[in-house]
Amino acid sequence: MNRTIDPRKDRLERLFSNPKTISISVVLLGFLCGTLLILIVGKNPAGMYSALLQTLTGFDITRGTWNARYIGEWLTASIPLILCGLSMGFAARTGLFNIGAEGQYIVGLTVAQFVALYFPPVPVVHWVAAVAAAGLAGALWGGIVGWLKAKFAVSEVVATIMLNYIAFFFSRWTSMLIPGANTYKTPNFPATARLTSPLFEQLTNGSRLSLGLWVALLSCLIYWFIIEKTKTGFELRATGFNRDAARYAGVRVTRSITTSMLIAGMFAGFAGAVVALGSFSYGRVLGGYDNYGFNGIAVALIGNNNAGGTLIAGLLFGMLSSAQPLMQSRQIPKEITLIISGLVVVLISMRAGVKLILDWKAKKNAQAQKEAHDE
Amino acid sequence: MNSLIAMIPSILMIVSPILITAAGGMICERAGIVNIALEGLMGVGAFTAATIHYFLEPSTSYSIWIALGVGALAGVLTSLIHAFASITLNANQTVSGTGINLLVTGGTAFLAQIIFKMERTLPFKLGMMPGIGGIYPTAWIALAVVVVAWFVLYKRPFGMRLRACGEHPQAAASAGIDVRRTRYIAVMISGALGGLAGGCLVLTQTIQYTVNTINGAGFIALAAVSFGRWLPKGITAASLLFGTATALSIYMVNIQSLRFLPPEFFSVMPYIITLVTLMVFSGKEYAPRASGQPYERSGS
Amino acid sequence: MDSYAIEMAGITKIFPGIIANDNVTLRVLDNEIHAILGENGAGKSTLMSILFGLYEPDSGTISIRGKEVRIKDPNHATSLGIGMVHQHFKLVHNYTVTENIILGNEPRDRFGNINISSARKRVAELSKLYGLDVDPDSTIESITVGMQQRVEILKILYRKAEILIFDEPTAVLRPQEIDELLQIFERLKSEGKTIILITHKLKEIKQAASRCTVLRRGKMVGTVDVDSTSEAQMAAMMVGREVLFTTVKTKAIPGETVLCIEHLFVKNSRGLETIRDLSLEVRHGEVVGIAGVDGNGQAELVEAITGLRPLEKGRILLNGKDISHASIHSRIESGIGYVPEDRQKEGLVLDFRLDENLILKTYGSPAYCGKFGILDRKAIEENAGKLIKAFDIRTGEGAATKVRSMSGGNQQKAVIAREIELSPDLLVISQPTRGLDVGAIENIHSRIIAERDKGRAVLLISFELEEIMNLCDRIAAISKGEIVGIVEGESADEREIGAMMAGIAQKAPGEKA
Repeated sequence: MNRTIDPRKDRLERLFSNPKTISISVVLLGFLCGTLLILIVGKNPAGMYSALLQTLTGFDITRGTWNARYIGEWLTASIPLILCGLSMGFAARTGLFNIGAEGQYIVGLTVAQFVALYFPPVPVVHWVAAVAAAGLAGALWGGIVGWLKAKFAVSEVVATIMLNYIAFFFSRWTSMLIPGANTYKTPNFPATARLTSPLFEQLTNGSRLSLGLWVALLSCLIYWFIIEKTKTGFELRATGFNRDAARYAGVRVTRSITTSMLIAGMFAGFAGAVVALGSFSYGRVLGGYDNYGFNGIAVALIGNNNAGGTLIAGLLFGMLSSAQPLMQSRQIPKEITLIISGLVVVLISMRAGVKLILDWKAKKNAQAQKEAHDE
Repeated sequence: MNSLIAMIPSILMIVSPILITAAGGMICERAGIVNIALEGLMGVGAFTAATIHYFLEPSTSYSIWIALGVGALAGVLTSLIHAFASITLNANQTVSGTGINLLVTGGTAFLAQIIFKMERTLPFKLGMMPGIGGIYPTAWIALAVVVVAWFVLYKRPFGMRLRACGEHPQAAASAGIDVRRTRYIAVMISGALGGLAGGCLVLTQTIQYTVNTINGAGFIALAAVSFGRWLPKGITAASLLFGTATALSIYMVNIQSLRFLPPEFFSVMPYIITLVTLMVFSGKEYAPRASGQPYERSGS
Repeated sequence: MDSYAIEMAGITKIFPGIIANDNVTLRVLDNEIHAILGENGAGKSTLMSILFGLYEPDSGTISIRGKEVRIKDPNHATSLGIGMVHQHFKLVHNYTVTENIILGNEPRDRFGNINISSARKRVAELSKLYGLDVDPDSTIESITVGMQQRVEILKILYRKAEILIFDEPTAVLRPQEIDELLQIFERLKSEGKTIILITHKLKEIKQAASRCTVLRRGKMVGTVDVDSTSEAQMAAMMVGREVLFTTVKTKAIPGETVLCIEHLFVKNSRGLETIRDLSLEVRHGEVVGIAGVDGNGQAELVEAITGLRPLEKGRILLNGKDISHASIHSRIESGIGYVPEDRQKEGLVLDFRLDENLILKTYGSPAYCGKFGILDRKAIEENAGKLIKAFDIRTGEGAATKVRSMSGGNQQKAVIAREIELSPDLLVISQPTRGLDVGAIENIHSRIIAERDKGRAVLLISFELEEIMNLCDRIAAISKGEIVGIVEGESADEREIGAMMAGIAQKAPGEKA
């Protein structure tokens, strides 16, 4: 007796097993819900979309004017999101859920500020040192989590949440110790420490777009290279997919976990440096959370934990974020972007359910194939 | 020492919401569903309670209790999202929970903007009043919640079945128990308790709801569940410990001998203690065995 | 007029891509012990799951004592008097025996609270009536497998089951416990119960059942009277052709000692000593088998040899070199190959490509990994191509195939190919043919003999005594973490080995043959 396959259903299944399709569907669904929500509260969704358009292209549809500064701001907002997305994504490839990117970001930011203020003001070397130190600090903060998980089997979920809060207070305390600092800022940075780029400033009509863009792009490249091309990436992927099999194959799993969190922390640390030295001319004594780390979670999930996807997803969420002031001016509460982010995360968590169903079907298919073959 | 005893009402005020939430988290995880969204559930309860109380305060003296009730209801509704994703769709429970936290942060601020034209609720005039000995009623609520939770979990058939769902759902299913329905109920209970706790928090500790109101209390409750080994006695002790640390961080300024330490030291204490206790008492072996794993209906 | 306790007529059940039951008819007489025989995938478990209400058939009818019913769910089946003792026990590990038995059907006091004392009384009553010896207050994790099974039986008797289905009940029992179980069957029969026994063990069917229905690939082959049918005849019905019960092999010519285990002590994950003073040798060109029932230390022994678990005392030598504390990686390099018990959990990364899985242990070597740790994709693909051909691994897309989509037999071939390609001096193989059909089993058995003939040392761990006796040159019986005795494969007697597996030494313990 033959298998009954409905060709239409089969193709639909294959479409939905493609992670890219799922990501795109989820984003569209999130926007749809956001739009509906705006309608429900009696506002005009056109305002949201025109704000988004202006963010992406600089074109103000209400006035017919064009200003490149919006594009620059969009990219500026995207950079830390991309980096934090890389952070979360890299850990996820190893099977770890790194919601500690926020803490790693804060630590990186704080260290970058210190290096900016205390390192000798040598051009170029100064900011490179700051970024590198930030990466190192973030790496160490992430490494703690990896070590805790490997050594004490402490859940990285709760550990990272605790470390986020600890990082925040630690940052406040140390920043306020700097001579000349008050409760919200430190003295100004020397110019050599800053990531500002006159070229970008000119191209984007005075936005805050900085050399951080190169940091982000370079990080994407590093991410892709490590994961796809190197021995370390192989080990990390194996550990992430099947820890037992990796162990049986001789992979040092605990070392992999720690390595993964080190690198993940590094990316988040870079994000902290880019924000501290690209967008500000003085150090900040943090009064609240910048939330790049948390929003990076959504970025990584949509980006499917790979470099290219994270880049695009980061740009998407950067757009949502930098459109907030424009939305406010069009009577749309800016929190709509947070709601869309949250919806996206919840929706994409259901991807696992879809995957489970498809895996089960694949297994049954394989079994039937085998029987047909052996007959 | 005297000042410590004098601080007991304040300590209990802070411990109560944590304990109520932890009880909900314990029930939920005992049924097999990991609930990272406790923070968000508290937030939704706090926002709802603050809003309801603000509007009802002039009209009725029961405003506080109504607010708490509606807050709990809001928690139930929000938790249904997590329940649907985790139970019906077998979603990754950690991701789903994180998504809800994000949703609540955005959603409450959004609604606040719509209702109050700013990102926070307008302050109400009078929150909950303390009772005998300066102890807020929330402490009694918390005590009642824990005792009832213990009783139901260990003395009632429902509790026995719920715990079985978290240890070995296939065994429960073969005994005729509807695992999905039991888990839904457990998640909804944690939603109700989280919402209630959030309401308690906002009505006793502050005058309005902002996105910073909960400030990690939900995560501390989560850690209390783990540290307390998913047992009613354990989570009570854990909540007392963590709540005391938090209380100290706020009221340390009153204690002369400790003035030399920076305020951040006390703020960070609860989190460091939580982290250290997790390291020392890593709770992996005490968790319900099937916790966090999606339940699939299978054959024999 | 025959009184059928159960009649399942024309049952068909289709899952996506597979027909589990194809127009199967089963008739079970009242108060008989009826066996259902078939290989893995024959459809016996599905058929019984339908009877127990876990699935609904796509077509066909079910009648209980002449009345047609539609069984909606396990609760409904229970109310009809049907109970099932599953192969993988469904017991909550930290509940007591009593709590497990009453779960879902708890006796209440007048307030609606659980009435534990009346529960204990009822359990004691049932226990006495059916001769099922249990301790009502012990937790499941502290009792033996045999007792756990009795708890499973009491569970369904507590719910007043009249028709009892047993799914592969002897898979986890020692020979002595199997005898006890067969006695329990007699007792249940004498109390008027009807028993359906799902199994692939011909000997037990001969011992216990009066009639047997044979299934093959979803279809019913026939129902026979057990007393008048031989094991060989039943086996032929089960596989559809004559079964070669023994693999053809020449006599072994063992050489130097490769693996030497000396006075090994190993603790399991709970801290209990699971291997006690175990000594063993495996030489070039021979297959040594570890025979024993699951749970006697085989897993810990293998883990100690491969490096997955530390040892407490003793030494392990490979070609004379002490590897007792060496890392997993260095043991692989020293020449140990390992085909694990659970290929999907321990042997393969299902989401990796086939070529990635084939170099899962050797990715770091200069052949596949250049300077700075950069992988050589081309070399990895070429290696896969070579192995696919040599081992006849069937794939959808060659080296790039996602292993998840390959069949169980081909996945196992891939694991074996990878391990053999390492050219290990010692090949450790654990449950190699679990879940595979007869064709795949024959393939793997001849591979093992071929490796032996090439001069490798092979250590085989299997719960299938037949497989061990088929393949091994020497057989070591393990019981409670000790080697009770070692016999030559050719002269081995099943009864003798069974006794050793139960802990009764035939030769002096530790004596090398």
